[in-house]
Amino acid sequence: MDTVFGVSYKGGVVIATDQVNARSILMYQQNLDKIAELSSHSAMGVSGPNCDLVNFSEYISKNLALYELSNDGMKLSTHAQANFCRGELAKALRKGPFQVNVILGGYDENVPNGGSLYIMDYLGSCHKVNYGAQGYASNFTLSIMDRDWEEGMNEEQAVKIVEHCIRELNMRFLLNQSNFIIKVVDKDGVRTVKADSDPSDN
Amino acid sequence: MARRYDSSTTTFSPEGRLHQVEYAIEAINNAGTSVGILAKDGVVMASEKKVTSGLLAPARTSEKTYKLCPHATCTVAGLTADANILIDQARLRAGRYAYQYQEPIPIENLVEHVCNYKQAYTQYGGLRPFGVAFLFAGYDIHHGFQLYQSDPSGNYSGWKATVIGANNQAGKSLLKTEYGSSSSSGDEMKTDENPAKDETEMPTTVEALRLAVKVLNKTMDGAAASPDKLELFAMTLDEDGNCVHKILNAKEVEAVIAEVESETATAGDS
Repeated sequence: MDTVFGVSYKGGVVIATDQVNARSILMYQQNLDKIAELSSHSAMGVSGPNCDLVNFSEYISKNLALYELSNDGMKLSTHAQANFCRGELAKALRKGPFQVNVILGGYDENVPNGGSLYIMDYLGSCHKVNYGAQGYASNFTLSIMDRDWEEGMNEEQAVKIVEHCIRELNMRFLLNQSNFIIKVVDKDGVRTVKADSDPSDN
Repeated sequence: MARRYDSSTTTFSPEGRLHQVEYAIEAINNAGTSVGILAKDGVVMASEKKVTSGLLAPARTSEKTYKLCPHATCTVAGLTADANILIDQARLRAGRYAYQYQEPIPIENLVEHVCNYKQAYTQYGGLRPFGVAFLFAGYDIHHGFQLYQSDPSGNYSGWKATVIGANNQAGKSLLKTEYGSSSSSGDEMKTDENPAKDETEMPTTVEALRLAVKVLNKTMDGAAASPDKLELFAMTLDEDGNCVHKILNAKEVEAVIAEVESETATAGDS
């Protein structure tokens, strides 16, 4: 039921998720941060049961941190991180699958538009996209992104598309997801643009 | 006295040494020389082929130079059979990295993996160490062209130019004086008013090949250089940014040898 979607632009990517943590008829929390910060210049929006969401994002981000420590600070490109992540999903699939669907985005200097976005599902598929969405949200947001997305947009335009999508979901999606968190990844790193409910608020 | 502590690789001597590892390093000093030189636009490795018998079937593969992946090649000094195992390991590692990350493996990562594999044989299991030293030449986007040397202990280091195998000390001392001074500036006297440049200038691949042949001439002890005794390898980038691995053919080797000969003949002429 999670809403996870992302938009790339010239100079970076934007990733947005809802903040609901619920099961059956019970709402556990409304301020969950579902966008894991993987490295200094990459982040991953994750959807799925909370156990796998947390386990998988921490597994990936800590392995990426280990790589940097073991390799004298050398950073993995977003492309390499995405393929590593997909490889782990594929490995686990025929053992004990991670039931997560992911939108991974990052910034690399030597990539033409700076930002690159990858969409992955729990079966281990991986595809580079200009924009994407996981779950029910895709039914509502993809058509908006199809229409509004342009090559060479700036951050402001990309965030506007994200906000357009959120308005649409609030109006038409059956489930009430009142809080969203939006993060941007650009040359300066990962930063939270908007968090309707503070994740650190316990 | 140290003999008591010689046999087991995994035992220190009272002086804190691992004799088996040291003996393995000694074994390489009898092997055919290999010199590696880092250039501005590539890496060059030249090896002495130890011709054992005229009856040997002409080899289809090299005994000295091995390609590890699209952007890395190594040369070997030591026990070829041992080397084959390690080269398999290196190729596997490079391939698995490329599968996992869909990107070429950073060269130091590859070298360190081979060296960690070697190190295990100095610490576990009571097996003897590998009697091989390698020169690794490679390219990656992080650090450009690189040259590494590794030995049976599992130690490795990055070099601008180095020599392994027989007479490597003589080769290294020649490199110390000749590497970084291009033939044009080599004629200037180093006086107080004109001190040698602090920054050594890297040679081009063409110059490096000549220097490598010069080194082998020295280490091969006056034996006449010829294409069947020398193997010359050069790694460069093509215009698309892909690595080119080239083992020079007999004619090209002849040409380099001839150039070196004429250079040494005219050296010292004012």
